[in-house]
Amino acid sequence: MKKELSFITVIGRDRKGIVAKISGLLYRNDINIEDISQKVMEGVFVMTMLVDMSGYKKPLSALASKLDAIGSSMGLKIQVQHENIFKMMHRV
Amino acid sequence: MAITVEEVFETASMTLYQHLDIRTTTLGLNLKDCIHSDFEKFRKRVYGRVRQQGKRLIGAARALEVKYGVPVVNKRIAVTPVSLIMETHLSVRKFISMAQTLDRAAADAGIDFIGGFGALCQKGLTLSDRMLIESLPDVLSRTRRVCAFLNAGSTASGMNVDAVNLIGAMLKKTARLTPNASGCAKFVVFVNAPEDNPFMAGAFHGTGEPDAALNIGISGPGVVRSVVEKNKDTDLSGLAEVVKRTVFKITRAGELIGRELAASLGVPFGIVDISLAPTVTEGDSVAGILEAFGIERVGAPGSTMAVALLMDAVKRGGAMASAHVGGLSGTFIPVSEDRGMIRAVRSKALSLEKLEALSAVCSVGIDMAAIPGSTPESTINAIIADELSIGIINRKTTGVRLIPVPGKKPGDTVVLGGLLGIAPVMAVNRFSSGKFMARGGRFPAPVTGLTN
Repeated sequence: MKKELSFITVIGRDRKGIVAKISGLLYRNDINIEDISQKVMEGVFVMTMLVDMSGYKKPLSALASKLDAIGSSMGLKIQVQHENIFKMMHRV
Repeated sequence: MAITVEEVFETASMTLYQHLDIRTTTLGLNLKDCIHSDFEKFRKRVYGRVRQQGKRLIGAARALEVKYGVPVVNKRIAVTPVSLIMETHLSVRKFISMAQTLDRAAADAGIDFIGGFGALCQKGLTLSDRMLIESLPDVLSRTRRVCAFLNAGSTASGMNVDAVNLIGAMLKKTARLTPNASGCAKFVVFVNAPEDNPFMAGAFHGTGEPDAALNIGISGPGVVRSVVEKNKDTDLSGLAEVVKRTVFKITRAGELIGRELAASLGVPFGIVDISLAPTVTEGDSVAGILEAFGIERVGAPGSTMAVALLMDAVKRGGAMASAHVGGLSGTFIPVSEDRGMIRAVRSKALSLEKLEALSAVCSVGIDMAAIPGSTPESTINAIIADELSIGIINRKTTGVRLIPVPGKKPGDTVVLGGLLGIAPVMAVNRFSSGKFMARGGRFPAPVTGLTN
């Protein structure tokens, strides 16, 4: 199946359990993690997950709100965005 | 090459913290094929078209908001200039009824503003154009969503001063009929009006357009300001360069979402309008960019150069990022919709005259400026004619949205509400050019228009 790649961006303060919580959610929804990177930038913890959404069959808004819920419970900003926008903005 | 954490963070920060959004997606609709000799059938066709297409637009735009995590703030419709489709239904009552039909169709579709209740009268007025202008005070006061425009001149045709001379009285009547004169905020008079402008109040679907076209207005004054603030010590070339690079990126996002939205609606993609458009949200201000450049308050000497530099850098970045840049693609400095502009007027840094000067270097015009309700009609007409002259001679679009507020004087404030913001009332020169304006007629097409 053709991959449908999106980036999940997590911004905030590093703490235990971030990866566990998000990857658990992704696993339950048949979303595969292709790559994880993290870095401290401008004083904040930033983690990006490249995920393949081709196995995910529910509305995207449902995933976005679940990620939102994890974000607010852990004091983080979490956003999911299709990879095309990064390709358009950062690659000519 | 793989996308790096830094790049993902940059894009995510733009949407999360710097108000990057698609300011408007505007679906242009041809209504000429709705015309019918039976007015009721005509109205029904117009209602059906606008409601159905409006609903589709909203559904498709919401899906893309979620996919890309970029808010699409406004979803709007622009239609064929209404004076053209009403030529065989010449009564003010029918014009008002058509406006109410558009208003209801937009409301039922969930569209906040519908543009195109206007006329192209750059060279002269048809009976239908006159009737449309006559109906405007009622239309603007009895509908919520309908936006109106006139194109009263062009570099090729000159200026229709007879049309301009009808506007002062029309605006004052509209002001009396609407709370805080807010109806005037839904009317703009242009010269060289683009037929694919996605921004209200002046959006319409031009006669050279296909049956439908999707146009998009990107935004991001907050993104540009943020990058300017990180470059405090760069010289002007460096400043232009960082603005250009940033605008390239945000325009690419607009191009992507615009194309995908058009494809999902099955309509041609029209243009990306690269105008920087502010809102009253803190941090979403064009004046804020100029302040970050090093201008204490907009209106201070140096402001015109700052706008010129900003605008040219925006165009360089935007033009490279999109296959079709169009619409106004200037920079908007509406007074009431930009906190920095409001501050500038309140602190007396910015006058109506300086606003006019700024518009010469590619801001779009005198926009959302409140003036005392006691301003004579001929003076309102003359302010408009001055601004339009700048556009005609310089081969660019200029527009005017003036709000003459009854009972208010310079220094007072009027709350227009919602997106329209808060307008500090500006002082108007008390000397008259009534005799000059009363000459009327046509301002001849300037020699700068003779390009063949």
